[in-house]
Amino acid sequence: MNWQLMWDVLPTLLAGVPLTLQLVALAELLGFAVGLGTALMRLSDSRAAAWIAQAYVFVFRGTPLLVQLYLIYYGLGQFDAVRQSAAWTILREPYWCAILGMMLNTGAYTSEILRGAIQSVPPGQVEAARACGMGRFLVFRRIVLPIAIRQALPAYGNEVILMIKASSLASIITLMEVTGIARKIISQTFAVFEIFILAGLIYLALNFALARIFRYAERRLSPQARVRA
Amino acid sequence: MLDILSFGPTGWGWQLLAGAGMTVAVALSAFALGVVIGSFGAAAKLGGNVVLRSIAEVYTTVVRGVPELLVIYLLFFGGNSMAMAVASVFGYDGYVELNAFSIGVAAVGLISGSYSTEVIRGAAQAVPHGQIEAARACGMGRWLILRRVLVPQTLRYALPGLGNVWQLTLKDTSLVSVTALTEIMRAAYLGAGATRQPFLFYTTAAVLYLLLTTISTAAFERAERHTMRGVRRA
Repeated sequence: MNWQLMWDVLPTLLAGVPLTLQLVALAELLGFAVGLGTALMRLSDSRAAAWIAQAYVFVFRGTPLLVQLYLIYYGLGQFDAVRQSAAWTILREPYWCAILGMMLNTGAYTSEILRGAIQSVPPGQVEAARACGMGRFLVFRRIVLPIAIRQALPAYGNEVILMIKASSLASIITLMEVTGIARKIISQTFAVFEIFILAGLIYLALNFALARIFRYAERRLSPQARVRA
Repeated sequence: MLDILSFGPTGWGWQLLAGAGMTVAVALSAFALGVVIGSFGAAAKLGGNVVLRSIAEVYTTVVRGVPELLVIYLLFFGGNSMAMAVASVFGYDGYVELNAFSIGVAAVGLISGSYSTEVIRGAAQAVPHGQIEAARACGMGRWLILRRVLVPQTLRYALPGLGNVWQLTLKDTSLVSVTALTEIMRAAYLGAGATRQPFLFYTTAAVLYLLLTTISTAAFERAERHTMRGVRRA
């Protein structure tokens, strides 16, 4: 084990952390909106909307993220119409392609998590709110969404951790986040195990911190569980 | 445009189909390897030996917490030296080279095994303890209990979870394309490069993956129904 080398490349590897976090944060933020919209479409009375939502979830959960990234990054550029449109300023950047792909991917999984959570809200609570005279939107904002988010939190935490791991695929479309830098150093130094251990520890630390944050949020959002304990 | 995908001498149909075959071969081998690793991992976690339990704990924590791509790089770049180290233990000091298929199967199997470990551990714990006691009271030995009582029921409880692991494994095989093994992604990449039709090829790849996941979901549902045939339902 080459400890000196590990010490020397640690700053280089850590320099990739901001990009990894940026990719995940933006993809999760946008993906949550996509997921919420999809879940609402899936649960709506419109059969067409429910069908579209179901098809989207089926396609994005049934194919690997790598295919989705390649389709967006390499595939869309094939069409002149895309290259001449305003969207090309975004789609020619690997950074935005990665975020778009990760957003659509996590959106599909998030929508299923949120759908389950929304369906788990006791109907009595919704009826009680309606009996108090709340409108549909108010019931959703005040009753359904807060209960559903608390319900969804553990599963959503897992999804965010999966996205931290999935962000490593951005390195395949040329982005130099932690895995991209790790790969570059490995091919320069052939110190496979040293770099793997360092990069692995960085990801483990990120995931451990995230798991703690989600557990804290879960405790904060469930005061009734704290009283009982 | 679609004649590019035909099965003729100018089409890419056969290459893509062979790629799909390779994906299935890698996924099946890796999944089988994962179930074997998972059975030993679950046994280690549930057994009394502290050393074995910590090894299994470190294994599942690390492999599940680190990106799949990183594990594949570890075996792709370090697999040969690892194999040579193992060979030298057995007294062989020559050069060992693993082919892309074994490296891919080893990498994806290692990932698959970490998830299988948790699934099988949970399933084994779900077997009611009274049944084991009853079997012991009947005079069965450890192996007989394992074979007659524990394994059949663990399999039944584990099947839905293993179905999820299979889907993950199937999709993780796409990452093996970085090691130049010609599975679906690599075949699509080659086709896209040669014909300058990336959208067409990657859409085809996506459709192939959808077909595989849909077929395997149906297969697992059938298997689940089969294992539940003797169970009373409320």
